[in-house]
Amino acid sequence: MGATFDLWKLTKWTLFYLLVAVIVVVSVFPFYYAILTSFKSGTDLFRINYWPDSFSLNNYYNVLNSGSFPRNLLNSVFVSAVTVLLALFLAVTASFALSRVRFRGRGLLLLTILGVSMFPQMAVLAGLFELIRFLGIYNTPWALIFSYTIFTLPFTVWVLTTFMRELPVEIEEAAIVDGATPWVIITRVFLPLMWPALVTTGLLAFIGAWNEFLFALTFTSNNDTRTVPVAIALLSGNTQYEIPWGNIMAASVIVTVPLVVLVLIFQRKIVSGLTAGGVKG
Amino acid sequence: MATDTLAPSAAVTAPKIKSELMQQRARAARIFLVPMLIALAVVAGWPLIRSIYFSFTDASLSNLDGAQWIGFGNYLRWTTLDSGAVRYRGLLADPAWWNAVWNTVRFAFISVSFEAVLGMIVALVLNAEFRGRGLVRAAILIPWAIPTIVSARMWSWMLNDQFGILNDLGMRLGLLSQKVAWTATADTAMTAVLVVDIWKTTPFMALLILAGLQMIPKDIYEAAEIDGVHPIKQFWKITLPLVRPALMVAIIFRLLDALRIFDLIYVLTPNSSATKTMSVMARENLFDFDKFSYGSAMSTMLFLIIALLTILYIWLGQVRFDGGDR
Repeated sequence: MGATFDLWKLTKWTLFYLLVAVIVVVSVFPFYYAILTSFKSGTDLFRINYWPDSFSLNNYYNVLNSGSFPRNLLNSVFVSAVTVLLALFLAVTASFALSRVRFRGRGLLLLTILGVSMFPQMAVLAGLFELIRFLGIYNTPWALIFSYTIFTLPFTVWVLTTFMRELPVEIEEAAIVDGATPWVIITRVFLPLMWPALVTTGLLAFIGAWNEFLFALTFTSNNDTRTVPVAIALLSGNTQYEIPWGNIMAASVIVTVPLVVLVLIFQRKIVSGLTAGGVKG
Repeated sequence: MATDTLAPSAAVTAPKIKSELMQQRARAARIFLVPMLIALAVVAGWPLIRSIYFSFTDASLSNLDGAQWIGFGNYLRWTTLDSGAVRYRGLLADPAWWNAVWNTVRFAFISVSFEAVLGMIVALVLNAEFRGRGLVRAAILIPWAIPTIVSARMWSWMLNDQFGILNDLGMRLGLLSQKVAWTATADTAMTAVLVVDIWKTTPFMALLILAGLQMIPKDIYEAAEIDGVHPIKQFWKITLPLVRPALMVAIIFRLLDALRIFDLIYVLTPNSSATKTMSVMARENLFDFDKFSYGSAMSTMLFLIIALLTILYIWLGQVRFDGGDR
């Protein structure tokens, strides 16, 4: 009896770790293969390998020295950073009001904000295009910063509201007794406590802005104003049939590695921010 | 989602100055909300109204200002031929549009179903205590962190008909008898899109479900263990009912996301009518075909269809969003 029990336990254990292995391999393999491909050049590219067997930095050299990819990287950094700062700035005061003060229509307001964050961006594309041309910011980074507010702002408000709601009343009470105004309460009492939440939310909003494609594709029109996702999507060779896979993979790795590193460093925070916000990044 | 806690009002302990304080706070709250509300009205409200307006005009990309009101013409119009037969035109009579609607709904339904099941499996694995759990969690965050465009390009390389590693793997393992042009063939294009989307978004689903699983008290399982309830029965009778709220919310977020899919399909299978979704078709008409008003009609319909499906889902599934006190 004991022997069969152990056998059953061993089988269960093996199956479990097999499942774990499948999950890990499936998750990681495509990125691993992109890295592998990015280090191949010339005809090596068209020999299929599962393990690294040649090493060349040619693709990276090509991507970073020709065309507008470095410029696209700078655009992406600028657009994402400004978008995040703007959203956080607007969201901190708003989420204080939504989480700590009772007023009529608060629930409805929160639901509206959630609604906007889940909005199909396509539904506003035509109107936004008109507005952006009217404002004279078409084909500039400001067009993207402006339009990205539509998803970063509701998201940051929602997550920060959930976070602020959980802070204890006592800290605020002490400040009120001392006669602090709501503005002072936000800047002196809440902000110092909110750094972790701000970092998490900011990071998630940054990832969202960094990855955005539809608006970036529509509101910019030449190589120098594009962001990296559009640049990577439109990267093509001399002819339609000659796709520069090596360069594409090198560009992809350059764009993705910082994100992956950030995500792995802030793993726990990101997971808690994601589940609080429940909005995709 | 957080549990349903009412935001405590800080002034309740000081009854005398309470009303004055409350008023001051309410005033401040209103002022604090104004910048955000203006921003949302400008970037979301106004453009939505304008997009809907354009769908009732004859606007073209080169002549937005001179758009004339034409009523429902973009949606449906008809002419009676001399023979007496009626010919319908417009979006509601456009088979290509209904093909896109069908593609979108089918894509959303299949991808979210797979993601829910696979996400549940991954979440259950991550909820178990085992060595290397942190490693697995880190690994599943990678697909989530990779930009959609990058994953579309990565996979289109892996799915390449001649040099793709997946064809090679399939042939080596004897699963494929010949190399398949996954993204170019009409029969397999949708499968390719589904595979990439499921790969990319299952982690998100898994993390949301995991958060729900971790809120289930451990002693319920201990009690079930003592009563000798089989693990599979435990899953159906304890885990699933208790994780249902988290699961429903995760599904709705993913569903809304899947219904508006654009970038993956735009890059992975451009020009394939087998995968053309509402968003792809709307953008094509707006900016590539110079049918601005027709494209606006599509985006308005997309908005309506998504709103309708969402209301239906919330109503049928009785999903509760935590919105503080309502």
